[in-house]
Amino acid sequence: MTMFNRIINFYIDGFRSMTVGKKLWLIIFIKLFIMFAILKLFFFPNFLQTNFSTDQERSDYVIEQLINKK
Amino acid sequence: MEHFDMALVDWSRAQFALTAMYHWIFVPLTLGLSFIVAIMMTIYVRTGNELWKKITKFWMTLFGVNFAIGVATGIILEFEFGTNWSNYSWFVGDIFGAPLAIEGIMAFFLESTFIAILFFGWGRVSKKFHMISAWMVAIGSNLSALWILVANAWMQNPVGMRFNPDTARNEMVNFWEVLFSPTAINKFLHTISSGYVLSAIFVVGVSAWFLLKHRNVDFAKKSMIIAAVFGLLSSFYLVLTGDESARDIYHTQPMKFAAFEGLDDGTVSAPLVVIGFLKEVPDPNQPDVERFAFKIEIPNLLSYMVALNSNVFVPGINDLINGNEKHGIMSYYEKIDKGKLAIKALGDYKEALERKDQVAAAENLKVFEANYAYFGYGYYDDPNDLVPNVPVAFYSFHIMVILGVHFMILFIVILVLLYKKKIEKIRWVLYVALWTIPLAYIASQAGWVLAEMGRQPWVVQDLMPTLSAVSNIDKSSVVVTFWIFAVTFTVLLIAEIKIMVSQIVSGSKNEGGH
Repeated sequence: MTMFNRIINFYIDGFRSMTVGKKLWLIIFIKLFIMFAILKLFFFPNFLQTNFSTDQERSDYVIEQLINKK
Repeated sequence: MEHFDMALVDWSRAQFALTAMYHWIFVPLTLGLSFIVAIMMTIYVRTGNELWKKITKFWMTLFGVNFAIGVATGIILEFEFGTNWSNYSWFVGDIFGAPLAIEGIMAFFLESTFIAILFFGWGRVSKKFHMISAWMVAIGSNLSALWILVANAWMQNPVGMRFNPDTARNEMVNFWEVLFSPTAINKFLHTISSGYVLSAIFVVGVSAWFLLKHRNVDFAKKSMIIAAVFGLLSSFYLVLTGDESARDIYHTQPMKFAAFEGLDDGTVSAPLVVIGFLKEVPDPNQPDVERFAFKIEIPNLLSYMVALNSNVFVPGINDLINGNEKHGIMSYYEKIDKGKLAIKALGDYKEALERKDQVAAAENLKVFEANYAYFGYGYYDDPNDLVPNVPVAFYSFHIMVILGVHFMILFIVILVLLYKKKIEKIRWVLYVALWTIPLAYIASQAGWVLAEMGRQPWVVQDLMPTLSAVSNIDKSSVVVTFWIFAVTFTVLLIAEIKIMVSQIVSGSKNEGGH
């Protein structure tokens, strides 16, 4: 058996023999889904990436914010 | 001039605090329990005693539950940087990017690779390799913490960078200065050792519950010995690093230092307030009003702690606001003037560049660079706005220290009782050990409250106040996500506690089985 197959089997056997681990993986997947598919997508756009197309525009905007906010 | 929306700033801060505090519920147990498991596994590999295998498996399962529930909760903070704190994210530039990238590439992969071997490796890899994996998980977990703590330390004491006025970013000029600044070293060592103490309290407390229930007595006592020794050694180290951190804060964040000691007026031979109750927040215009309703203090000790010399002057809040010529302290009034000069020079520099007036641009750049160290002060008119919430800083510091002493005494008592073989008979000690688990979390959170609330109004010390760091976004979206996080994290916490408790109960019946 090649090293690659042994590593794959190691992980497959490990996941199969899990007990509480299966429940934990379910929680991890639900959590990651909420984070990336809902929160990141709908609530957390990157403000500067979304509103400006170049780094120069982003720099100019931040400098303007730093200078003119009071 | 555009005005700050303080409601937006406050909601953004509340949201960040909520997510950071929830994240920190999971992290410290991972930091310490990983080492405790590695020690237990090492004993098993060296002795071949099956009881140590059961002990290792039991605590490893609890480590796994905590790791799984807590993993990726910190990613939310990075979402918030990009959305709510875009000015800040841009301003800190690659200072934050480099450490976080290293964390992602090195520590996370190291940790996640060896975690699979740790959990799946029983009977599938050699005992020695399995043991090495346990140590690698512990080292990887702690390395993960190193990079984010270095980034946080830079915010408390920005070094090793140069601000580029053309890009509005701080650029790293000396990576080693950032990594090895005294603030970074102290923060890392103090934070991880606090995680070790919390984890030791957790193991001692759960083991105490076993003893109270008369279950798995030998199992519980052996776990207790490892945890109490680990906890006691970590406690000594925690005191040393805490002492060093306080000295660093005295030099780099003197206002935070004065606030957590409740010191209004500086003095030579300053006393250390051991316990105190604040009666009111004095009116800044009435500096003579006594702040304490009651206090117990040790004469000269504060001066001695900061400089190992009891005759040293320790500045108070009023000295920092009004300045103290005798002791070479520049007033906040002067710093505000310099900050305003820096902000104006930056604006004039940009205008001169647009006019292609290189001479004026060079002159303004010179003025800007000469005053950049005070840049953040320029956003304020009243120096009293630069004072953090003193009761919050004072109480969080004293709660942390008093509980730290309690933990140390508990470890010593537990070890003495174990040595005298009386641990099962003195049941009140077992109850105290059990109920110390939540106290360990309170102390750990108090430490971060002190670190973050105590440095207000700064998000980057002296350079960027919290109010100029926020994005121009709709406040209502921050409010909505605040409550989404509050619900999501509470559900995760309940899930963690339920799974933990069920594992502990089933482990107590099966002597470590899972």
